Amino acid sequence: MASLTIDKLTKSFGVVDVLKGIDLEIEDGGFLVLVGPSGCGKSTLLNCIAGLEKISSGEVRIGDRNVEGLHPSKRDIAMVFQSYALYPNMTVRGNISFGMEIRGIDKAEREKAIEEVADILQIGELLDRKPSQLSGGQRQRVAMGRALVRHPQVFLFDEPLSNLDAKLRVDMRTEIKRLHQRMGTTIVYVTHDQIEALTLATKIAVLEAGYLQQFGTPDEIYNDPANMFVADFMGSPSMNLIDGMLDQGQEGLEVRIKGHGGSEIALPAPDTAAMRERLGKPVVFGIRPEAMTDPDGADRTSPRIETRDCYIEVSQPAGSDTFALTPLGGKECIARFRADAKIQLGSFSPISFNMTKAVFFDPETTLRIR
Amino acid sequence: MSIPSQDNAIQSGRLMRALIYTLLIFFVLYYLLPLWVMVSNSLKTLDEIHGGDMLAPPRAITFEPWKAAWSTTQVGVEATGLRPYFLNSILMVVPAVLISTFLGALNGYVLTKWSFRGANLVFGLMLLACFIPFQIVLIPMARILGMLGLAGTIPGLVMVHTVYGLGFTTLFFRNYYAAFPTELVRAAQIDGASFFQVFWRILVPSSGPIFVVTIIWQFTNVWNDFLFGASFSSYDSTPITVALNNLVNSSTGVKEYNVHFAGAILAALPTLVVYIVSGRYFVRGLMAGAVKG
Repeated sequence: MASLTIDKLTKSFGVVDVLKGIDLEIEDGGFLVLVGPSGCGKSTLLNCIAGLEKISSGEVRIGDRNVEGLHPSKRDIAMVFQSYALYPNMTVRGNISFGMEIRGIDKAEREKAIEEVADILQIGELLDRKPSQLSGGQRQRVAMGRALVRHPQVFLFDEPLSNLDAKLRVDMRTEIKRLHQRMGTTIVYVTHDQIEALTLATKIAVLEAGYLQQFGTPDEIYNDPANMFVADFMGSPSMNLIDGMLDQGQEGLEVRIKGHGGSEIALPAPDTAAMRERLGKPVVFGIRPEAMTDPDGADRTSPRIETRDCYIEVSQPAGSDTFALTPLGGKECIARFRADAKIQLGSFSPISFNMTKAVFFDPETTLRIR
Repeated sequence: MSIPSQDNAIQSGRLMRALIYTLLIFFVLYYLLPLWVMVSNSLKTLDEIHGGDMLAPPRAITFEPWKAAWSTTQVGVEATGLRPYFLNSILMVVPAVLISTFLGALNGYVLTKWSFRGANLVFGLMLLACFIPFQIVLIPMARILGMLGLAGTIPGLVMVHTVYGLGFTTLFFRNYYAAFPTELVRAAQIDGASFFQVFWRILVPSSGPIFVVTIIWQFTNVWNDFLFGASFSSYDSTPITVALNNLVNSSTGVKEYNVHFAGAILAALPTLVVYIVSGRYFVRGLMAGAVKG
């Protein structure tokens, strides 16, 4: 087990810069999730850590060791690929023992290690089958077994669950989490699924267009996003980003937001120096759907609940909740009501805003105003 | 209103089918005719051939022409039959096929999985080799063989066929390995496998169909080659195709058609056997990669 440090890492393919100065650090036994939309460079970053891609500049350190120029097999890592990459001509047993065989570990010891891993992952009865005779979930387990048997310093997972169906994905997610708690090995995990990121990680790195957008705990990423991209990307349904004007109200600063027709609502804004600078200018008011509720569903522990009448256009019952769509700042905003809340479509209903959860962004730089 | 009778539909379907099969059977017979002529005449005595109908079956079957063609008939100046030349061909074909197939597989592996700057250009140039006519390389090749001291030897022929076949074998393997998942190679690298370990342990065991295709292709081409054999062999390294030609041309006096027929069949036999034994893999291999599964 070891910590992992990435220092000013850049990577270009020819003239295309894929990663533009990434700084990350994950402590020993941590679970780092790299998340971002397709093409953001997250898989490239993982390949750079593995040594499958040469980095253009910067440094990768596993433990205290700079792994520059080190062959993938010498970095003390194990990787689980998106396609599982099981050797089709070998049995499950052969797949798991291949690495040990190459390293010249004797047969008795190999058998012992295989038994041990098969036990942990419950694949004992599959050992003599070929990969083509396994289901998706079983292949996933074998791929993990092949990684586990190496007892590496760092595990690398490249979108390991994206080929599984929805239910199996949830099961395997739990299993990976359990495995991490049990083994305590450092893990780097790539995904484009923000739910996976939030549930698994101890630290999340959000990447976009080759830049690190934010690096923090799941709680920081979710509740304290650094910019509009992170706010929009993490969470489902995603955060409402509402255009408004910052104004001086009777009781301090307030943000004015256009609603349905000619109506307007005003909500109090925090009175900080940075906010004062934006006085009289447009701001983006960000609030998560679960912080916009029917008054009875509002979080009673929150000291700052503001209730305003908003025009409800559409409601979408989703079993546990009902989502209400209301036009604010020229966009459809989603509010999360209790499932049995009474909703009058096509009329103004009170919506409670939990202002402790509200965040503000600068519409030009898209950065957070604190 | 009468309902159209279903019987009619079925009957016209049957008629169509009968017509199609009649036509197919006709063509099958038409294509088999030359083989029939060769086999039946190779089993006749020379008198019977002179006196009778080419298409008629032999009246009394005799294996003498086969024995003569194999071991006693005059080929060129010596009465050795085709046997030594058959052996020459085997000694030439087996190494040429194995070496060119192995090198092709290695080329395909490097061009797809260890791609380097200019890999596509190199592949393009190798592909070009497939389109170079035999005749163009004859004189430069003769010069090179002479320089290497391999002129007129079986190793020389092996080299010529290996070099000439490399373009094709590389093409086959490159296209096959291009569809081979790169993640497998990466996984093996992380497992610590070396360049050749990845090749032998991961790629080769999954390349059965393309090996069959390449081997059949190379075997057929090298065995059937006449021009290189005629140009670069001497009397003790002559392959069977050239020997067959000598056999047919060197008969003095009476032309022994029955021996010629038997000799021709003997010369064609190995490629026939290879095709019949592994033909279905050939078709399967050509289709491999077209669809998954």
